[in-house]
Amino acid sequence: MLSEQSKSRIDRELSKYPVDQKQSAVMAALAIAQDEHGWLSDELMDEIAHYLGMPPIAVYEIATFYNMYNLKPTGSHKVTVCTNLPCALSGGVEAAEYLKSKLGVGFAETTADGKFTLKEGECMGACGDAPVLLVNNKRMCSFMSREKLDRLIEELSRK
Amino acid sequence: MSLLDYGPDAIIMAGLDGDNWRLKDYEKRRGYEALRKIIGDKIPPENVTNEVKKSALRGRGGAGFPAGLKWSFMPRQYAGPKYLVCNSDEGEPGTFKDRDILRYNPHILIEGMIIAGYAMGIAVGYNYIHGEIWTEYERFEEALEEARAAGYLGRNILGSEFCFELHAHHGFGAYICGEETALLESIEGKKGQPRYKPPFPASYGLYGKPTTVNNTETLAAVPYILREGGEAFLNMGRPNNGGTKIFSVSGHVERPGNYEVRLGTPFAKLLELAGGMRGGKKLKGVIPGGSSMPVLSADVMMQTDLDYDSIAKAGSMLGSGAVIVMDEDTCMVKAAERLAYFYFEESCGQCTPCREGTGWLYRVIHRIEHGQGRPEDLDLLLNLADNIQGRTICALGDAAAMPVRAFVKTYRSEFEYHIEHKRCMVNPGGYSSRNPGLELAAAE
Repeated sequence: MLSEQSKSRIDRELSKYPVDQKQSAVMAALAIAQDEHGWLSDELMDEIAHYLGMPPIAVYEIATFYNMYNLKPTGSHKVTVCTNLPCALSGGVEAAEYLKSKLGVGFAETTADGKFTLKEGECMGACGDAPVLLVNNKRMCSFMSREKLDRLIEELSRK
Repeated sequence: MSLLDYGPDAIIMAGLDGDNWRLKDYEKRRGYEALRKIIGDKIPPENVTNEVKKSALRGRGGAGFPAGLKWSFMPRQYAGPKYLVCNSDEGEPGTFKDRDILRYNPHILIEGMIIAGYAMGIAVGYNYIHGEIWTEYERFEEALEEARAAGYLGRNILGSEFCFELHAHHGFGAYICGEETALLESIEGKKGQPRYKPPFPASYGLYGKPTTVNNTETLAAVPYILREGGEAFLNMGRPNNGGTKIFSVSGHVERPGNYEVRLGTPFAKLLELAGGMRGGKKLKGVIPGGSSMPVLSADVMMQTDLDYDSIAKAGSMLGSGAVIVMDEDTCMVKAAERLAYFYFEESCGQCTPCREGTGWLYRVIHRIEHGQGRPEDLDLLLNLADNIQGRTICALGDAAAMPVRAFVKTYRSEFEYHIEHKRCMVNPGGYSSRNPGLELAAAE
């Protein structure tokens, strides 16, 4: 299930921690697995548990506690919009509402073509750039006016 | 490229243009000079800690605890491994300063951590970086590679006996991990649920070993203190409030962003740096230190200076230095509702008063906001706050209770109006009557 490339990325993370503390790499291992497969199936988590010598339940605990892990298949582009107070004061809620109407989905829903999943986010630590959103956990987009939202969705639709 | 404008008195963020983050650029800004001096002159570790004590550098993450004193809690003679952990898990709503340090000046943090490691006799450090900022994490990793290649990190640093290795650990979306013991649990590969204190991390920290946890901005201030002297740093601020502080200004201002100013700078001056109120609107209230801190009304805030002691005197806390500015069109019930939802969402679930209480706080404010409030609800909110605050393992409970209490106290008439008239007295449309963010962004 995990590719050799993912395993070597996990090994690099493991090298950061004491040899008897392999569990420390579990957050990174799950993130790497998610990069490869898009979401975390039970089988994938079991494989990580085995790889790190952890009980599977301890891996599930991590995957369910931290909110950037996908526990079910998501759209090709997961778009998370911050609506927390500082962002809300500068248009974060309007940006989210605009995306809802543009994509025809609510929060935690995926478009029928499987392209987009929309999520409501909490503070991303970029409040000065509001409205702010995150694409697939990695790409942060700042100052998202309607025009920039249109351009982003168009760009992602082509992928 | 033109320089980024953090204000005329910037120390940590001085001379940055957004691109000059690499090692060679940092060295041009006298980077790693403090470390070279310490190692070259064989300065005793105790003297390094004393210099930090003299500087009156206080923790920039929220608690404001004196950094030098914290360092001195680490057992010097401890035989086994000890750890230094940097808290870059910046998720307190309103706070976005550490992100700028990581992306624009990562080496200042690396140098600060090496010096801290030297002072406390620590050989391994971790920097825990907020899950949502991936590119900053990658950049920090790249900066670490540069520092290793240049001999600033690793074995026998700059030819001395001193060894220090530093790694980045990436979070994955949990506000609670900003709490230092939750953060340690998280590095250990567990759920981020806070530990009882005592024992404090200095005696039982990461992997059960003595550990010091400092905020990013705190550690980033260290190179200046060791290069220019603790007194020079102290004199940038006020007694007991040494140095400059990066304030993250968000909300209804013309130029939201980070501004590094001397501690003790009047709020009015910071507001001016941020371009004043957006659209010339009137100031209504300010949360001066991140969403966990009590909101202050405009008249109080305009009279307050920005340092730990002055803001405490005004009835709030400097916290992380996140200044959330709200104008006259802001519905304070709606603002309180959104923050209450955040703490409900982020409670780790370990302690009953917080797990259950944050849900109660949110639901009660939600019904007030939506015209279904009851006359007894305000007393209920205060009662709930009493039953959460001080009754949980960590400060998240307090962080949820304090803002609610302050919003109800400061803007009570607005809450009462909502309950009585079943609608908003300020702005039935939302957080602000126009959609300023989108207009602002469109003009950008």
